[in-house]
Amino acid sequence: MALFDILSIFISVLLIAFAILALLSKKIIRSILYLSGLSMLAAVAFVLLKAPDVAMTEAVIGSGLITALFIFTLLATDRMVTK
Amino acid sequence: MKKLFVIAVGIFAAVLIVLSLDSNPLFPAFGTFDIATRISSDYFKNLEEANISNVVTAIVVGYRSFDTLGEITVLFISAIGVGLLVNTHGKSKRMDLEFTPNFMLRVGSRIIFVLMVILSVYIILHGHLTPGGGFQGGAIISSGLLLLYLADDSFRSNLKRFKLVESFAGIGLIFAGILGLVLQGAFYANILPLGSFGMLLSGGIIPVLYVLIGLKVGSEIAGMVDHFLTEEVVK
Repeated sequence: MALFDILSIFISVLLIAFAILALLSKKIIRSILYLSGLSMLAAVAFVLLKAPDVAMTEAVIGSGLITALFIFTLLATDRMVTK
Repeated sequence: MKKLFVIAVGIFAAVLIVLSLDSNPLFPAFGTFDIATRISSDYFKNLEEANISNVVTAIVVGYRSFDTLGEITVLFISAIGVGLLVNTHGKSKRMDLEFTPNFMLRVGSRIIFVLMVILSVYIILHGHLTPGGGFQGGAIISSGLLLLYLADDSFRSNLKRFKLVESFAGIGLIFAGILGLVLQGAFYANILPLGSFGMLLSGGIIPVLYVLIGLKVGSEIAGMVDHFLTEEVVK
């Protein structure tokens, strides 16, 4: 088996594991972080599938902006609840 | 009982879908379809006509500019939605950080911001040569703005300028389409000389469109980030 295949299988298994962890984790902040890791791994998977354009979009939007916006929203709602 | 019913209906629908698509000539089996009958082979055959080295850009902004205009409209509508939901009336202030950033963090984040802007300008300008383009570059600009918001507790962006840039880029996009309609007879038809293959100034109108798309997407997402990070002053 070539190195490429081993890497592909490793990334795929990690993708599924991160998705399950994001669904099952009790704290929302951990879910968001797992989701961010999922997006980053998806970007790597897109690079392996020879789609660099999609990988770039996924890395910037999925892993950067969406995570930040989710975390800010979570912080804002937490503050509202504690007030 | 209810769950059982739902599962039964789901299995029934799945069987119906499989049966209806199984012997349908419009849905060939995996690996048996003829590429010559698909439109994607025409895109590759006419690549010299578009004169762009990045095939994805040739399709996204060349052949399917109208789709891209629709995507930008979707982004615009979502930005309007965010603006309507979390808009602040009267005095607004930015969200407080729970720590005070020190000198190193502030200066370092500004250096990284400049590097990110350079990267995004590169990605936008080389959209027709290398992977990337207006969407990716614009998103990188706005994530740089987010970095400044995070690392500096007194930073406020000027939202009015973003709105101005966004409006002018949107008008420019529509105007470029109408110009092609008037001069060449098709919406977003190429009206500029094609240049030589692989040069920075090649591909006709596509680099111009990508710069406009990058400005519009970047200012739109930056406006969204700004809306998220400002809150109303409670009296």
